[in-house]
Amino acid sequence: MSDTETLTRLSTADADGESVTLTVNGERHALRLAPWVTLLDLLRERLHLTGTKKGCDHGQCGACTVLVDGVRMNSCLQLAVMRDGCEITTVEGLAEGGRLHPVQEAFIEQDAFQCGYCTPGQICSAVGLIREGHAHTAEEIRELMSGNLCRCGAYTNIVAAIEQAMGEQAMGEQPAARGDGR
Amino acid sequence: MGHIGTPTSRVDGRAKVTGTARYAAEYVAPDLAYGVVVSSPVARGKIRAIDASAALAVPGVVQVFTHENRPSLAWFSRSWQDEVAPPGSPFRPLYDKEIHYSGQPVALVVAEEFEAARHAATLLRIEYETLPHATDLGAAREEAYEPRKKRSGIPPPAKPRGDAQAGYEAGAVKLEAEYRHGFEHHNPMEMHAATVVWEGDGRITVYDKTQGSQNCQSYIHNVFGIPSDQVRVVNAYVGGAFGSGLRPHYQLFLAVMAATQLERSVRVVLTRQQMFTFTHRPDTIQKMALAADADGKLTAFRHEAVQNTSRFEDYQEAVVNWAGLLYKCDNTLFDYRLAQLDLPTPGDMRAPGAATGLIGIECAMDELAYAAKLDPLEFRLRNYSEIDQDNNRKYTSKALREAYHIGAERFGWGRRSMAPGSMREGGELIGWGMATGVWEAMMMKTAANAVLHADGRVEVACATSDIGTGTYTILAQIAAEALGVDLARVTVRIGDSDLPKSPVSGGSWTAASAGAAVDAACQALRKSLFKLARGMDDSPLANASLDRVVFDGGAIRLADDEARAVALTDVLTAHHLSLVEEEGAASPSMISSMRYSRYTHSAVFAEVRVDAQLKVVRVTRIVNAVAAGRILNPKTARSQILGGVVMGMGMALYEETMPDHRFGRFMNHNLAEYHVAAHADVQGIDVIFVDEPDEEVSPLGVKGLGEIGIVGTPAAIANAIFHATGKRVRELPITIDKLLD
Repeated sequence: MSDTETLTRLSTADADGESVTLTVNGERHALRLAPWVTLLDLLRERLHLTGTKKGCDHGQCGACTVLVDGVRMNSCLQLAVMRDGCEITTVEGLAEGGRLHPVQEAFIEQDAFQCGYCTPGQICSAVGLIREGHAHTAEEIRELMSGNLCRCGAYTNIVAAIEQAMGEQAMGEQPAARGDGR
Repeated sequence: MGHIGTPTSRVDGRAKVTGTARYAAEYVAPDLAYGVVVSSPVARGKIRAIDASAALAVPGVVQVFTHENRPSLAWFSRSWQDEVAPPGSPFRPLYDKEIHYSGQPVALVVAEEFEAARHAATLLRIEYETLPHATDLGAAREEAYEPRKKRSGIPPPAKPRGDAQAGYEAGAVKLEAEYRHGFEHHNPMEMHAATVVWEGDGRITVYDKTQGSQNCQSYIHNVFGIPSDQVRVVNAYVGGAFGSGLRPHYQLFLAVMAATQLERSVRVVLTRQQMFTFTHRPDTIQKMALAADADGKLTAFRHEAVQNTSRFEDYQEAVVNWAGLLYKCDNTLFDYRLAQLDLPTPGDMRAPGAATGLIGIECAMDELAYAAKLDPLEFRLRNYSEIDQDNNRKYTSKALREAYHIGAERFGWGRRSMAPGSMREGGELIGWGMATGVWEAMMMKTAANAVLHADGRVEVACATSDIGTGTYTILAQIAAEALGVDLARVTVRIGDSDLPKSPVSGGSWTAASAGAAVDAACQALRKSLFKLARGMDDSPLANASLDRVVFDGGAIRLADDEARAVALTDVLTAHHLSLVEEEGAASPSMISSMRYSRYTHSAVFAEVRVDAQLKVVRVTRIVNAVAAGRILNPKTARSQILGGVVMGMGMALYEETMPDHRFGRFMNHNLAEYHVAAHADVQGIDVIFVDEPDEEVSPLGVKGLGEIGIVGTPAAIANAIFHATGKRVRELPITIDKLLD
């Protein structure tokens, strides 16, 4: 579907909607949206940014995690109109040019996923976690990543990937704690 | 060369970490309509009346489909039976007014927008006439029966051996106990979804969440009467399945029905609640009666299981078929029965039968070891079976003894003190437990093709699926190895019903089956390319034979003098070819199947720490030593085992779907109340692959890894909890309340 078609569709379906402006992955979108449209459904069904996943639609699994003004959030629990004026970063917006974000690189290297469905949420959550700066040990990573379920059970490798990315970021500083938390 | 056996990052990794991998609900089509499913709130009865007027009045609503306006559909049960259907008459969505179970789809509301469909779905007024229902296996077990018709591929319990009763009475130590594990739901992270693209000329392209594109293609053909060549099913990426996508489910049916009726593209995505309404791991009660003599040798092994099925199909799995493989015993009795409940038909969930059966077997073995005052590992070694006693066959390989030893050493099992509660540390009770795992090493008939393009790209194709298992990557490795090209030059095409024939991806058979088929296609391609290379003017290979050359570095080289070579691309250029394509197929050997038993084994060691007062259990350490033949990719293989162990932790400690028997409905049908392991639950898991060369089991020596990781893990944890607390909990999952009693 071309961009023009997308826009036509948005304006037809939500003609009576609220006017909302969102910047998604650096691109500004001026939209008219019905108030019942969640941020998640806006991203997936209207902007066709399907990297952000729907795993429960109830804030119970974390698959829909995106960064809203740099803070990780479950996009299924946000109505799009609540985020008027915000900057949204999805998994599609993490790589710069062709270069993957260090967390994305680390996920591939550590085999931190299997089916890949929770992965965008895990990655966005990890980027948010690192920015928060509260996690210093594997145990703290596990605790603070527990809102992101992975049914394939890739947790061991996800934690290793986050440690790797944190280590790379902290290069030159005091090395990040790498203990296994036991 | 050197691709097979080398730890290799997933070839689909970049697509998955950047969000470009597309799953079933993520394909776009012009004029796409959205279908939302309405589920029955009653467990058994009839629909008396449907009033769709309010729903239809919602702006944007296109149609409401129910049994009253469904199209004409297949009549005979066999038309509804997919390639892995158990005996019986499969559930037919929107077929008639009958309600068979709570959560059954009763209507599909289709609208221009998802939100409108979701809203309208709440406005449908449906009157039901209710009938009495049953969802309690504890009560229904009284009417359990031996399934008359056996499910294809599931061997019935082995015939009795010796005299189990006499052997039991003669034993010096005895154990008689009943174990139970409640319902489980697969809950892959991706909810089941189908996007059906109406191509405008009667053809449809179906993006479905399934483990078998061709299984769904035949189902659509058989049920709707649409010619197969007008149906293409694609499942390029599958967001987990664990068995939930083996059979075609109602999201597929409803999306195809709506799209063909409305002649436009339709997407149907189930809700997480609806993920509890089409298949489950059955509730299982296992009765064990074991005895051993004064030397700790088994004198009797009796294993009887009863599981639930639905009222319309006899779903069966191999629950009692494992003890005879693991332990030598001359007096055995195995019995398997079903009891009908008003629920959807259960289905295969990761290691169906084995994950459950090994809870009974391995917890009972632990209990009997304690009765015999023997170390649980020593007790197992004393009863180790070198042959498959049930079938009187040798194994193609069985490095279980090595797995026990290597796993025990890594874990530090030798430092374990036997007495329960004896390894306390501060306020924590430490428990060490172990258990055995076993799963079939199956192979299925599969076809593939392999193409070399003029630019040196290799493309291999097969209709199999990658459900997170790593199929894309291992097939790329196999092709790169066979043709001597860089991994980056290989493209793997799977997950498309247009591709060469493959069964559903399940049962841990994909690596052995699709792997062998791709290898066969590549070997055929090698042969053709070599022939073409030899025929070139002044070919350095003119006098060589295929067994005297190697394919390496994108060229065919003389084995004795690798500098004398022909580049693969030059072969095509010289013959003015844009590509060379060959087909290959692989099937299990019938003779070998009759002569040998083929299984994967594991030894699982678990450490738990239990809060002495609060009884909170944490699994702090798992060592899983796996003997699974040849490991194609140690990196993705380890992930398979890690994942199995994590799901096994769920089975031991968290996962159970609880029906409210008054309503006949699962109460905790969401991810907040159906607990799966989360990050904080998972600490150190150590995976070991035991060396196990096996030329017999499959052409590539592969046994498969999808299921073995879960098998044995729940029992190892349960046994560790006993060791920590001295309390035997025989009803899993072992939640805090059961330890506080």
